[in-house]
Amino acid sequence: MHFPFLSIIVFTPLVAALIILLYKPEQKKAIRITALSAAVFALAMSLWVYFTYDKVAVGYQFIEKYNWMPALGISLHFGVDGMSAPLVLLTGVVMVTGVMISWGIDDRPREFFAFLFILASGVFGVFASLDLFMLFFFYEIAVFPMYLLISIWGWIKTREYAAMKLTLYLFIGSVVSMIGALVMYWTSGMHTFDMLVLETAKFTPTFQKIWFLPVFLGFAILGGIFPFHNWSPDGHVAAPTAVSMFHAGVLMKLGAFAALRVGIMLLPQGAIFWAPLIMGLALVNIVYGAFIASVQTDFKYVIGFSSVSHMGLVMMGFATLTPEGLTGAGVQMFSHGIMTALFFAAVGMVYDRAHTRQIPELGGMIKPLPLVGIGVIVGSLVSMGMPGFSGFIAEFPIFMGMWKTHALVAIIAAISIVVTASYVLLVVRRVFFGKMPEALEGHIAPIRNLDKIALVLLMTLMIGIGLFPALIVPWVQTGVQHILALLGGA
Amino acid sequence: MAAILPILPEILLLVLGILILIIDPFLKRDTSRRPFLGWFSAGGLLFILAVSLLLARPTAPVLVFGGMLRFDWLGFGFKMFFVFAAGVTTLFFMDTDHLNRRAEAYLLLIAATLGMCLMASSADLVMLYLAIETTSIPLYLLAGFLKEDDKSTEAGFKYMLFGALTSAVLLYGFSLIYGFTGKTGLYDLSTNFSTFNVVAVGIIFLVLAGLAFKVSLFPFHFWAPDVYEGAPTPVAGFLSTASKAAGFAVLIRLFTAVFPAISSDWSLILAVLATLTMTVGNLIALAQKSIKRMLAYSSIAHAGYAMIGVVAFSKLGIASVVFYLIGYVLTNLLAFGIVGIVGRLTGSDDFQAYSGLSRRNPTLGLAALVAFLSLAGMPPFVGFVAKFFVFSAAIEAGWVWLAIVGVLNSIVGLYYYLNVLKYVYLYRMEDQDEEHHPLKVSGTVVIALVILVIGILLLGSLFGPWFGFATKAAMSMF
Amino acid sequence: MAFINQHLLTLILFFPVLAAAVVLCLPNRNLKAIRWTAFGLSMVPFLLTILLWVQFKAGQAGFQFQEQASWYAAIHSTFHVGVDGLSLTMVLLTTLLTPVALLASFNVTDRLKAYMFLFLLLETGMLGVFLSLDLLIFFVFWEIGLVPMYFLINQWGSEKGEREIWKGVKVQSRNYASLKFIIFTMGGSLGLLLAIQMLGVLFQNYDLPVLYQKWNSLTTGTLLGLPVETVKTVAFWAFVIAFAIKVPVWPFHTWLPDAHTEAPTAGSMILAGVLLKLGAYGFLRLVLPLYPVESARYAGWLAFLAVMAIIFGAFAAYGQKDFKRLVAYSSVNHMGFVLLGIAAAAKAAGTINATIALNGAVLQMFNHGLSAAGMFFLVGVIYERTHTRNLEDFGGLFPLVPIYGGILIFTSMASLGLPGLNGFVSEFLVVRGSWPILTLYTAIAMIGLLFTGAYVLKGVKNVLQGPMNEHWGEGEHKITEINMREIFVMAPLMTLILVIGVYPAWILDVINKAMMMLFH
Repeated sequence: MHFPFLSIIVFTPLVAALIILLYKPEQKKAIRITALSAAVFALAMSLWVYFTYDKVAVGYQFIEKYNWMPALGISLHFGVDGMSAPLVLLTGVVMVTGVMISWGIDDRPREFFAFLFILASGVFGVFASLDLFMLFFFYEIAVFPMYLLISIWGWIKTREYAAMKLTLYLFIGSVVSMIGALVMYWTSGMHTFDMLVLETAKFTPTFQKIWFLPVFLGFAILGGIFPFHNWSPDGHVAAPTAVSMFHAGVLMKLGAFAALRVGIMLLPQGAIFWAPLIMGLALVNIVYGAFIASVQTDFKYVIGFSSVSHMGLVMMGFATLTPEGLTGAGVQMFSHGIMTALFFAAVGMVYDRAHTRQIPELGGMIKPLPLVGIGVIVGSLVSMGMPGFSGFIAEFPIFMGMWKTHALVAIIAAISIVVTASYVLLVVRRVFFGKMPEALEGHIAPIRNLDKIALVLLMTLMIGIGLFPALIVPWVQTGVQHILALLGGA
Repeated sequence: MAAILPILPEILLLVLGILILIIDPFLKRDTSRRPFLGWFSAGGLLFILAVSLLLARPTAPVLVFGGMLRFDWLGFGFKMFFVFAAGVTTLFFMDTDHLNRRAEAYLLLIAATLGMCLMASSADLVMLYLAIETTSIPLYLLAGFLKEDDKSTEAGFKYMLFGALTSAVLLYGFSLIYGFTGKTGLYDLSTNFSTFNVVAVGIIFLVLAGLAFKVSLFPFHFWAPDVYEGAPTPVAGFLSTASKAAGFAVLIRLFTAVFPAISSDWSLILAVLATLTMTVGNLIALAQKSIKRMLAYSSIAHAGYAMIGVVAFSKLGIASVVFYLIGYVLTNLLAFGIVGIVGRLTGSDDFQAYSGLSRRNPTLGLAALVAFLSLAGMPPFVGFVAKFFVFSAAIEAGWVWLAIVGVLNSIVGLYYYLNVLKYVYLYRMEDQDEEHHPLKVSGTVVIALVILVIGILLLGSLFGPWFGFATKAAMSMF
Repeated sequence: MAFINQHLLTLILFFPVLAAAVVLCLPNRNLKAIRWTAFGLSMVPFLLTILLWVQFKAGQAGFQFQEQASWYAAIHSTFHVGVDGLSLTMVLLTTLLTPVALLASFNVTDRLKAYMFLFLLLETGMLGVFLSLDLLIFFVFWEIGLVPMYFLINQWGSEKGEREIWKGVKVQSRNYASLKFIIFTMGGSLGLLLAIQMLGVLFQNYDLPVLYQKWNSLTTGTLLGLPVETVKTVAFWAFVIAFAIKVPVWPFHTWLPDAHTEAPTAGSMILAGVLLKLGAYGFLRLVLPLYPVESARYAGWLAFLAVMAIIFGAFAAYGQKDFKRLVAYSSVNHMGFVLLGIAAAAKAAGTINATIALNGAVLQMFNHGLSAAGMFFLVGVIYERTHTRNLEDFGGLFPLVPIYGGILIFTSMASLGLPGLNGFVSEFLVVRGSWPILTLYTAIAMIGLLFTGAYVLKGVKNVLQGPMNEHWGEGEHKITEINMREIFVMAPLMTLILVIGVYPAWILDVINKAMMMLFH
């Protein structure tokens, strides 16, 4: 056992949260600086893990295992593979940019950052967990801070409703999966929650077929799968900016990832059996999400529904059960995470200054906020899968996966590309170009330096991957190989 | 010397009670608070806890005192928790008007604790009944302690009436057992109940009625909301935790000792009861406007969750019940403690009183967060682990539908617990002037809160050794 | 030197990006520095192209100056570039027109840095399409080129003009035009995207030479549950539609008049000059080699569409009052000839007539690039002075601006196809090549040619001839003569127009040798 990188990454935010809670409420500057330092530290660690990851070796790396309750086979077991390493990095990036964007929160920043960091710890924990109990433990830790963050610091009009809806939906999803996981635990007869061991459990095909659906769908609810996606747009809109960034950028990936880890990897035959249904639901996500997004008048709702559509692509990639589809899904989780973090950051900046998110009431924002405009343009290009950006690198293999399984699905899903392009370009044009409404003239202050750093960081990642897919694809591929081995042996 | 080790806690409790009685007349009566009594009681209870843990740990289960008591880990474990709960409650007593001045209050608390300790280790029907009454009567008095408060008097009276009624039913059940078997020792009776016949059914119903009252299981739960609402809040806290846990201890012992052979039959009965309890408790809690009543119904629901573990009736099942109760004691004490503080400082138990609590006293707000999220079953608090293991045991034993019911109920629970947090964190006072209306909390209460919060976090994260202990307790039953 | 030679194509391809980055670092206010830096740096790819031309061996089979590097290994796509005679011609056109267009943009003052940045990125996009030998990279550059053009039209296009879309909602014309442009093209490329994905899945490879061979050898059996023939036909039409929109082929041309008219002058020059050629290039590089059988089968349809483009384009141009729109429709008209030549070649692949038709088509691509760019520029020149493009507002301007008039007549004659100028050579070759193969269509196309003359002359007449419009004669609206910079813009175009018209061998030779080998 070597240096416990993953434990440090997982627990740094929690420790930071406790430290922050010890500050007096008036020490706002100290709170913010502590938060940023912890976030940067976590990011640095995750970068290290990412770039020292051995892309040739098979299996999980940076493994740490501490016995927690041997009687029931529970252990604090961390490890990353090619699929989770980019996601750990993604969380680090979103954490740092989220803290930067939240610099201006003035109402009880102590509690805000404390809850945000508890959320972050939960997220890191799920991505790094190789123990099924601990996966649920960290998963739930990531759910309840959302309620507090949205209901206290969110948009006054809908925050109570959205926060409660979101929390209940996610809780329902997680307990449904938990029941499935417990059934799996007892049926396996192996008396361990260690997922590496459970991967070798020989569940009967019937068992897998029955239990795959509740386990997968329970997690996929957090991934925004139709028809359980309803919580997501309202949750996005009501949440304060950094929370939206976390929510769409990382939390939804949590759901998809857990669905992959627990659903597909532990119940492969069930996955193969139910794949057509999942493909169908994901297809509805992709196309329906795009159409609904195109009729929204609130800028944030547009992005919220577009997230539903893009997460549909992730789940579609999973459901194809092909190397290309899975690779694309892995890249899409990262790419969409960065893109949506940028979008929400930008929306937040516009809203803080214009105090409206209604598209007809906005306009001409590119003059006072040029970097925000460029960021949104780049984000839009990623969103419509424009080559040269990370979105294309992600979407293209997913479509190839669709071709391999069901050509018609690919053709229908392609509609969403055009729909996305049209609404995204229109929104960008209406909000950032054209004439600024008189009510807003002179009220649009420029953005902070920290905001600029955050935007540039996010844009660089999207363009970098778009031009050099080798920055992420080899990692994802190692993870995909493992998944295919599990599916093949099913 | 070794002979009294099994009842060392009880003896020390008796001594403590007598000491309090003796000291009381020597303390001045005209001071508005008499902290010495409180500290003495709390200190005494802590001393009892420490000494018992050091000296009086059981080894292999053995019947002592002519078969009256069984010295095993289950009994011992519960005793320690009763003493702990009493100690914490004493700290809360010190903060409550009318209770803190009266030595009788502390004495009654200690007496009830003594009774509970006996309940937990009783191995004979007569001893059991004696212990139950020893517990109940002081609690009736404590519930009605606030003479000037009509609600409290009503609560005490109601409690006494229903308690007496169900005690009678229980006694009738016990007498039937004696009548049919000629024995009163619990551990001799298992052979007599190897088949599920009419007699067994009748006895089970009667006994269950009595115990269900103690544990506030449906349909014997209806006393709880009124009594909890009327009684002084720390008393309600103690009632809802220690008293309930004692009832469960008896249930566990009875069912594992007397009725193991027909477990598959009574398990179903209990499962149905558990379902109804959880559902009724949770659904009615949704509609409450007083936080004390809401907590009352929530406590009812939690009894249902714990019952799931009993239904599972395996080593894991009993262990999970024990662990659940430990966690539940910590959590509910914290919840009622906070309610008590806020009730005293704002004069109201309605939800409105909690608006802006997190701004008036951020630490209290965080304590409320811990309490209610643990009740909801969220990590890293003990509530999550407790529920996880209870559901786990149910699934292991094949009761998947029951686990699903439990899970669905948890969702309902989450809703109304989050509602409380909404008031604490989101809503504001009418004038939004929380800075000028801070809530100052006394030192004793802070100590209690800190102990409970640490306990909840500790058992929620490093639960290994604690669950190991619960397993030991369970093993001693089989 | 060896380094330059080994990586010549990559240098040509990515130098504009470097130039764009340099421009980005210049100070915002110094318009002069921005202009001259952009123009100067854009000359570099042109000079490199001349170097390429000189070293290119015309008769050699296959692609030259190839470079290949790993790009998206997971799906077997590599960064593979190379030239043959066809792409070389197009690269020359692009690297020539870009500096010309930048020189033409010297009168832009609003956000000049962003404008130059986008223009240079656009150049890379276009070059990428011409140079790529990997189907995925082809698509990448195809799409990338759309974005700068979208913004160029959107932000620097004509400010006047409104269009009414449904429910009485009015939008600015340039917004309408740019959105229609990008959505239309992207929608068209959807089919292309899907077909490319299918090919990638089938062969686990995107390399064009490999695909040529493998796709053509796949003739029997089933694919995706359908017979190979059906799949190939559907894929064929998917490719065709994508490129047909770009060319543009009637009836997919409706985006063009709006886009060309609303775009800024230099934008129109590049749009008509190069972007349209991307579509035709797609036909030649992808459709014909990958689908020889289907192309031959449906050649008649393509020819029909080509003829419709020629005729309707001409008619529409004739009916225009807006000078720029007239020139826009003339593009439809001229590109029709390109498609006619391609259709003929498809039908009779491998014959000498086919080669002649192809020669004509490719040369027409080059020629139209020059003449269209020139025409749009001249429209821009007069618009800048008069702030109107309405033909009825002009009249008898020749005495006022004789030099401009002369240049306009020269360029119009090239557009008309006057012998001695470049247009004649290419149109003649197309007609000569198609006549034996698609006689009827060619005959009808000739009628179209008649109307080409009509609209060109009408345009010239309305602007230069007739009674002078006193409005422009004196006073504050007195029209000024064409200036030196503008002459420098037109000079290279006119020179090439004349040279090709009189001595086309230097370019025809390269094209011819490439076309002869196209079907192998």
